Amino acid sequence: MAVLTVNDLTASYRKNKVLNDVSFNVQPGSLTSIVGPNGAGKSTLLKVMLELHPKLSGDVSFFGSTLNKMKTRVGYVPQRGSVDWDFPTDALDVVLMGLYGRVGWLKWPKREHREKAMDSLEKMGMADYAGRQISQLSGGQQQRVFLARALVQEADLYFMDEPLAGVDAATEQAIMTILNELRMKGKTVMVVHHDLQTVEDYFDHVLLLNRTVVAHGVTKDVFTKDNVYQTYGGTLRYMMEATT
Amino acid sequence: MNILLSHNAQWVIVSTLILGMASGMMGCLSYWKRQSLMSDALSHAALPGVVIGFALVGVKSLPVMMLGAAISAIIAALLIHWIRSSTRIKEDTAMGIILSVFFGLGIMLLTMVNRMPGGNQSGLDSFIFGQAASMVRKDVYTMLILAVLVMLVLFIGFKEWKIFLFDPDFARGLGLSGRLMNGIYLTVLVLVIITGIQVVGVILMSALLIIPAVSARYWTQSFKWMVILSGLFGGGAGLVGTIISTLGEGWPTGPFIIVTSSTLFVISLVFGAQKGLLIQAWQLRTQRKVHVSSSQSNLTQGGE
Amino acid sequence: MSYTAWILLTASLVGLSCGLMGVFLILRRMAMMADAISHSVLIGIVSAYLITRELSGWHMMVGGIIAGLLTAVLVQWFNSRGVQQDASIGVVFTTLFAIGVIMIATQVGNAHLDVKHALMGEITFVPWDLIQLSWFGAIPEATLILIIVLIIVVIAILAFYKEWKITSFDPMLAASIGIPVALMHYLFMSLVSITTVAAFDAVGAIMVVAMLITPAAAAYLWTDRLSIMLILSGTFGVISAIGGYYIAVFLDTSISGSMAFATGIVFMISFLCSPKHGVLAQHFRTVKM
Repeated sequence: MAVLTVNDLTASYRKNKVLNDVSFNVQPGSLTSIVGPNGAGKSTLLKVMLELHPKLSGDVSFFGSTLNKMKTRVGYVPQRGSVDWDFPTDALDVVLMGLYGRVGWLKWPKREHREKAMDSLEKMGMADYAGRQISQLSGGQQQRVFLARALVQEADLYFMDEPLAGVDAATEQAIMTILNELRMKGKTVMVVHHDLQTVEDYFDHVLLLNRTVVAHGVTKDVFTKDNVYQTYGGTLRYMMEATT
Repeated sequence: MNILLSHNAQWVIVSTLILGMASGMMGCLSYWKRQSLMSDALSHAALPGVVIGFALVGVKSLPVMMLGAAISAIIAALLIHWIRSSTRIKEDTAMGIILSVFFGLGIMLLTMVNRMPGGNQSGLDSFIFGQAASMVRKDVYTMLILAVLVMLVLFIGFKEWKIFLFDPDFARGLGLSGRLMNGIYLTVLVLVIITGIQVVGVILMSALLIIPAVSARYWTQSFKWMVILSGLFGGGAGLVGTIISTLGEGWPTGPFIIVTSSTLFVISLVFGAQKGLLIQAWQLRTQRKVHVSSSQSNLTQGGE
Repeated sequence: MSYTAWILLTASLVGLSCGLMGVFLILRRMAMMADAISHSVLIGIVSAYLITRELSGWHMMVGGIIAGLLTAVLVQWFNSRGVQQDASIGVVFTTLFAIGVIMIATQVGNAHLDVKHALMGEITFVPWDLIQLSWFGAIPEATLILIIVLIIVVIAILAFYKEWKITSFDPMLAASIGIPVALMHYLFMSLVSITTVAAFDAVGAIMVVAMLITPAAAAYLWTDRLSIMLILSGTFGVISAIGGYYIAVFLDTSISGSMAFATGIVFMISFLCSPKHGVLAQHFRTVKM
């Protein structure tokens, strides 16, 4: 059974259509990168699937059911830039937020929640920074905190928006180790990714997106020059030149 | 309608018409600088300057009070900038702080001045709610000079403003000094504010700048037309609002101008040719239709 | 209790409630929404008066909450229609305020309502308007309302602390784990409206803005913990209220104006001297480097 089924998903942003008839299935235990040029609708796709952005038509099912029933099994890592890091709180507290849905109304987080959050920070190599104000963390450390927050949710399906953007090499390795561990445990992860050169090394599946699905499947079958060209159109050449 | 014909009422009408036009046009700059509420902060912050200006001279001297207002507004703008740039406090919080603390200081000083001999007759209170009805021929000239100035600044540097507002980085690349443009912008904004507060008061002044610009946006995509329309809306609201306020005994001019302006806004919101509700509802419907028909054609053609 | 004691108690209650609410306001980047709500509350109060024809604190409370929520809803709606957030705030509150002023000028006439009072408050009159409580004795109505509002504010913050924290910091995550972001937003806005209306009588609309924003902003410069920020902000609010009163007595001037000014002094001291984020500390740090 597919973990995630998307059918004919269409969405617009203001007046512009950013997603058009997007359809795909995701199998459990896969690590998929969503790849496409700027403005291809990658982040929007995540948000629409999570009902954080309205859709015009189409439907999405999670574990053969609706998002509402499966909310605790789905984890989301927003873009690092989407929050204000000057917020008066520390790293441990941010991780703890991942458990707020589970703590329940009118209740305060207990020690068990705190310990869980601490374990998760430790897994990301961030235990020493638990009490650090979040604006004093480096970009890579902030991303690790976000990852730790996702881990603590113990979800079965994760959506991550550019977790590898602007992080140092050590963080990139740490994050990839964690993502592979998740896959080993049978979890499913979808990652919006921007670096074409690491797609083949890091991900076993790829979804090439440019407002609609250009190709989707096992990386070595789908991540071909032709498909990538088709996804990026004319902009790819410049990108290749820029990176080499 | 007798009062309409009175000599004084005519001056009032002409003044508010011109003021509305000037502030409507200036408001477009504020809108695209994404600083609509800055005008609110600065007009509140002008109050202590007005009172100090009065206290220093001891009599109601308009030029001195306006100068005081201008200085106080500019200090406020600099403080907002300083707070925002040197701490983690965000701009809206900085504006809120300066707005309320300056206004509080203004009220403190006002209460003290009102106790001074002759202070009570100063009409200082009118700066809070405005006093359009008391305007005379001299005020019309002031307004005219102001309006001409605003238009000149806009016309002479029209393409510079456009680049500066839409793409400040690009403007800097072209060698357009951001500091100079910001300086001119702030100067003209403060001029409009200190003129306007005599008419509508410090509390409602920002509405003269904000509402016409927002309304104009519903009709056009072109910056040039937005400025022209905004000027027309502002002037129209000034004219109509003033006339309505003359119909009743003791009806306040400022609030009627604002409500007229808001009515124009609601009309624009619903009927506007660019982003109006009606046109958007229609577009959404056609978009859905197109979507349905295109997915049908996709099926028959087997995709792209 | 003496006359002065009642005034100090009332003002401190305003400082405390506003200080607590203000923390979430500035963290949610809604400082100017506070400005907007404090202005549009006027139309709610006037409407309540025109409907009931009496100047009762409770009617005004209901009117004020409705007006406050209306402001929040309209701003949100215009914003979703493509009007910039701050422009849409500017349109909504000036319009509602103007309508309020017109209603007073044309309908209420010289009745007990006047705009100046609503804007600037008249805390000196508060101790005269007493009501009897069987178990307590005489207490000014405004003070009683403020006590109740403070209790509501504290209970709400304790109850929804984690929800407001997460929706302020990361609304996307909050929504994805099933926290009703919009509901929490409007609940928060209702509380801001309640606080504003209650504080209205004492310090007036514009001073409420000072009390809501400035102590919280000052506290933001001293600490990196939300819980401590709340405590500090409440304390700063009380200090400003009491300090402002004595400034007013000393200079023989407007009490509410002086209280707003006092929040400014507290902020200025924090801005210059805070060891963490103060300008002087930053200056010395760069000099050392």
